[in-house]
This record gives sequence, structure tokens and C-alpha cells, in this order.
Amino acid sequence: MTSAESTIEKVNKNLARRYRAEQRFRLYGILSVLFGLSCLVVLFTDIIGKGYKGFVSTEIYLTVDLSSDDLGISDPEVENAFMQADFEGAIKRALYARLDVTDRRAKRALNALISSGASYALRDQVKRQPELLDSSHGFWLLADDDVDTWYKSVDSKSPFTGRLSDEQLTWLQTLDFSGELRTALNTTFFTSGDSREPEMAGIMGAALGSFFTVLVTLLLSFPIGVAAAVYLEEYAPKNRWTDLIEVNINNLAAVPSIIFGLLGLAIFINFFEMPRSIPLVGGLVLTLMTLPTIIISSRAAIKAVPPSIREAALGLGASKMQMVMHHVLPLAMPGMLTGAIIGMAQALGETAPLLMIGMVAFVVDLPGGVMDAATALPVQIFLWADSPERAFVEKTSAAIMVLLGFLFLMNALAVWLRRRLERRW
Amino acid sequence: MNISEHTAQAHADKTVGEPLVKNAKMSMRGVNVFYADKQAIYGVDLDIGRNEVIAMIGPSGCGKSTFLRCLNRMNDTIDICRVEGKLMLENQDIYDPSLDVVPLRARVGMVFQKPNPFPKSIYDNVAYGPRIHGLASRRTELDEIVETSLRKAGLWDEVKDRLHGPGTGLSGGQQQRLCIARTIAVSPEVILMDEPCSALDPIATAKIEELIAELSENYTIAIVTHSMQQAARVSHRTAYFHLGKLIEVNDTEKVFTNPDHDLTEAYITGRFG
Ligand SMILES: Nc1ncnc2c1ncn2[C@@H]1O[C@H](COP(=O)(O)OP(=O)(O)OP(=O)(O)O)[C@@H](O)[C@H]1O
Ligand SMILES: [Mg+2]
Repeated sequence: MTSAESTIEKVNKNLARRYRAEQRFRLYGILSVLFGLSCLVVLFTDIIGKGYKGFVSTEIYLTVDLSSDDLGISDPEVENAFMQADFEGAIKRALYARLDVTDRRAKRALNALISSGASYALRDQVKRQPELLDSSHGFWLLADDDVDTWYKSVDSKSPFTGRLSDEQLTWLQTLDFSGELRTALNTTFFTSGDSREPEMAGIMGAALGSFFTVLVTLLLSFPIGVAAAVYLEEYAPKNRWTDLIEVNINNLAAVPSIIFGLLGLAIFINFFEMPRSIPLVGGLVLTLMTLPTIIISSRAAIKAVPPSIREAALGLGASKMQMVMHHVLPLAMPGMLTGAIIGMAQALGETAPLLMIGMVAFVVDLPGGVMDAATALPVQIFLWADSPERAFVEKTSAAIMVLLGFLFLMNALAVWLRRRLERRW
Repeated sequence: MNISEHTAQAHADKTVGEPLVKNAKMSMRGVNVFYADKQAIYGVDLDIGRNEVIAMIGPSGCGKSTFLRCLNRMNDTIDICRVEGKLMLENQDIYDPSLDVVPLRARVGMVFQKPNPFPKSIYDNVAYGPRIHGLASRRTELDEIVETSLRKAGLWDEVKDRLHGPGTGLSGGQQQRLCIARTIAVSPEVILMDEPCSALDPIATAKIEELIAELSENYTIAIVTHSMQQAARVSHRTAYFHLGKLIEVNDTEKVFTNPDHDLTEAYITGRFG
């Protein structure tokens, strides 16, 4: 038997090939992980690189004369006294004085450097501190968005000048040189609603809109989803009808979200004649969308409760409802909550169905409840990304960062809840 | 005699020995059980006497668990399972459609093969039954029930310092005794045990056997076991099942020394099983 190889020889011959195959297999895995990671890194550097500037805004230092006569305030105690006061004029006069401008045309060019929102901010501040009246004080006032964009790029090789004229640029350089320009934390961005003026536009309105929408979604979809899952798992007879229901729930989970938007438009707005653009309708539509997810994950969580626990409860004479309420639901809760939070994260990031029910409207006021017209974070991103003003680019990225921040928070909450509530048996 | 002849005989014969007793606690007549179309129990007649420990033995798959689970209607939880025949607990028809299983299971408790404490504290495990049945009106009363049940189960001394620790943190044998304490906390009249010691070591097993002997003073116990020695040690009567039929019922001593039926003898002498 010289030609025949022994088993161990055959094995050894194949061994090298097997090792190589194994190594290749590992390599494929590492490559795919690296690919995913690098995509993430590119995405984040791009967004954060553009977006962090959205969190600061440019301000101009001006010494404003707050004489009551010039402002037109006869008695600060009178209601509306500040509403009609001419803070805009005061700011303009301070600006002309600072840069020695007398010419009408030049004055107009100079006015364009200050945001139209600056006078409101000044008014609110003086209203809070009436003792500032009748004297001159220095204020940092919000600059126009063109100034903002220019100032943020002033250190680069080719600063963005946009619509700024050479005359305006000279003024700005003068101010910059003497330290009368600065960037400061953009509180407006975090506290106000949308605006046509980029420097006045904020994320708060959209964030509140998203909050109310997701709240409605959570309050509706979690109880309904859990109840449906409990019925299907614990009570429903196993027959053709329940099989059909199961298949259809799985199908619903795969339906594109825009279809749910159309459905919501047809049912809630056209048929029930609810107002457009409100978080209540948005929440209802997103409830339809997230229900299948929640039902499926809740059923999986209920299925995972060991049968021995059910038998123990039933064997002691617990009724079916007691078994479910005392044992099955508490044990399934971590899984169900995780599913619900993932569903909510989906709902938070959803745009298409909200477009269909009009939550794409331009809303300046902060919504105060589920019946106020509102927009949502992803829709706000969509709107800003669509705006022509250059300054909205960084707002868009900043809004994306806020949205991603919320999503991370929710996912972290899901992980924490699962760890926290998970019990072993 | 080979196995197929045993089988033929099993189908032909009626139960030998003394399946019926006077003044029975539970009596079953003509019990047939089906899983979908497959029959698992064939026409069993059996009485369980008051304060008696009856052991059910037989080869794996012969239907011991199935029969035991009929006695408190645990088979209701299996959709495809269907039970025929007359099963009485004293004067109560167990399978009366109008009967509520909740009080039935309070009267006929069950201990399972695998210890299955709730993932709650030791105290809550034992207190669960009394709570859902409203057996205690005050906290002190509940404390008392918990203590007596744990004492009866021989677990009190081991756990009295950690009543509020998790029940799942106990050893396997302790967990099984906890499950027994949980069952007797609702003061059932009958306790069904399905291989209660199969997951335990000899010492824990000995403790549980001792416990069964003590409990038999107050309770009627039906125990399924694969251990012939255990059946011999704890039970008064022994029932031998084979392929879904009840072959022989006799006093335990007689079954293990001088069985009436060839199949029983073959099983206890270890020729198959
Ligand atoms: N849920 C079920 N569905 C279908 N058939 C079942 C089910 N449970 C038991 N059976 C069948 O019924 C017969 C009796 O099973 P059973 O569990 O009562 O046996 P056993 O005597 O308890 O066995 P073991 O000693 O192994 O526990 C077996 O043939 C088994 O396959
Ligand atoms: Mg069994």
C-alpha cells in the first residue's frame, strides 16, 4: 500500500487549504466592519464639521443710546410701551455713529449688517432691566446671516462674501480689527422656531413638534401593541384566521411609510376633518406605522417567557389574566420596551408620512400642545436643506446633529432599560 | 417473552390488582386522553385513597405525566389535548364544563419536574398562591402562612435570613422544596408531583422523600417517578403504566416483591424500561 495515503496524511494535505479559507472568511468580516465604520466616520466628520458652526452666531458690539424720548417710551409702566418703542431706530443710529455714515445709500448698506431680530432681543433685554433706559450702554447684537457666514470663513483663503459689497466688507474689517465682532453661543438656535432669516431660525419648534408627535405615538402604540401581542400570544386560538392576521402584521411592517401618510391623509384629515399639520395627526399616522414593529417585538418577548413559569402560576390556581399580569408581562417587559423604543426612534426619524399630512408647513411659533401646528425634526432638516440661503447649510447640519443626538439617547435608553430590567431564571 | 408480545398483552388485558378503593379522594373511570388524533391514555380506571401516597411508574412515554396532568386539568393548556372519561374529586366532576379551574387547582396542587420558582423573592414565591386566592387578610397572617409552609417543606432554617432574596438564587434542591412550599401554602387537598427529584442529588432527594412522608399525614399525594427505590420508599400503593394503559395497581410492597403482572415484573426487574 505505497500509493494509498493514510487518513492523517489526507487531513494534513487539506489542512492548509482549510486554514486559508478560514482566514479569508475572517478577512471578509473585518473588511465589512471596516467599511461600515468608515462610512460612519465620513458621515460624522462631514456633519459635525459643517454643523458645529450652526451652534454659534456672529455678534456686533454697539453702544446704543437708550433715551426714552428717542425710543418713544413715555412711561415704562404702561403696557405695550416697549412694543411700540423704536429700538430698531436706536440701533441704526448707534451703527451710523460708530462708522460715521451720513449718506442715505450707505446707511441702507450699513443697516443690512444687523439682523432684524437684534432689535427684538434688545427690546426684551431693556424690558427686563428698565434701569438701562436714558443712558448709553454697550450691547452685543446679532449680525445678519451674510455677515455670519463671512465672519465664520474669514480665516480661510477665500472668505465667503456672498452679497456683501466692498464697502460693507471694509466696515466689517474695521469692526473685526477693533474687536467689535465675535462669535457666541447661538441660544436662538436652541430656543426659537423656524424663521426666514437663517440667523433667527431655531430648532426648538421642530424639536417640540417631534416630542409631541412621538409622545402621541408612544401613548397610543405601546398599549395597543402590547394588548394585541398579549391577545395573539395568550388568548387567540391557533387557526387559519390567526395565521392570516400574523402574516398581515408582518406585511404591514414592510409597507413603505409614505403609504401610511396617504392613509392618514385620507382618514384623519379628509374623513374625520382633523386640522392639518398638527402633532396629533402626525402621532396617529406614526402609530399606524410603528404598531407592527411593536406587536412583533412584544410577541417575541412574550414567547421568550419560559413555559415553566406559566405552568407554575396556572398550577397554583392563577387565572389566565393573573398569569399574564403577574408573570408574563413583567418578564416580557424589557423586550417589549426595547421594541417600543426602537419603534419610537424609527418614528422620530420618519419624514415621508409627515409630509403627507402637512407637517411640512413653515411654523414660526413654538407649538404648545398636540393641537398646535408644528413641524418635526426630520422635516425641518428637509426644509432647511431645501433653502437657498448659504447660512442654512450649517443649520441643516446642526439640526441633523440634534436629531442624531436624540436617536443615540433613545437607543442608549433601550440598552440601559434592557440591562436594568432583565432578570435571569 | 419479547417486547412485541408484551405489547400485544398490554392491549388485550384489563388492569390487574386493586385499582379501586373504598371512600376514595379521587376516582377516575374510563379515562382516554388524545393528543390531536394520537391516543396517549387508554381507558384507565383508578382510585386514589385519602391521605395516601400513590406512585406512578412505567417506561418513558407511557403517559404518566399525561395522566397526572388530567387530575388538575393542566392539560387544558395544551390546545391539541382532549380528555374523555369521568374524573371525580370527591363529589366534584373535574371535567364539568361549568367548573372553574381556579378553585380546582387550589384544591389539587402540582409540583413540576424542573424546579420553577418565580423570578421573585422567596417570600413572594410562597405568598403568591395565598395572595391570589385571598387566603390572608392581614400581613401577619400571610407571614405566618409563609413560615409554616417553608417549615413544612423543611426549608425554613435555610432561608429564614434571606426571605427577600431571589428564589432563583437557591440551589436546585432548595428550589424544588421552595416549589413544594409554594404549593402547600394554598393548603391543597391533593398534591401532584411529576418526577420532583429528577434534577436533584441523592441528599436533596432524601430530604424531599422525608418531606413526602410527613406531608402524607395531611395530604393526598400522587407522585410520578422513574426511581423504583423512591416509589418503594415513599408510596403506599403503586400504579404501573405501559404504553398508555394502566397495567397493575397494588400495594407498593406487593408490586415490588410479588407483582401480579408479567409486564410489571419485567419492568421492576429491569428487563426493559
Ligand atoms: N404536548 C404533547 N403533544 C403531543 N404529544 C404529546 C404531548 N405530550 C406528550 N405527548 C405524547 O404522549 C405520550 C405520553 O407522554 P407523557 O409525557 O405522558 O409520558 P411520560 O410517561 O410522562 O414519560 P416520561 O417518563 O418520559 O416523562 C407520549 O407518546 C408523548 O409523545
Ligand atoms: Mg413525564
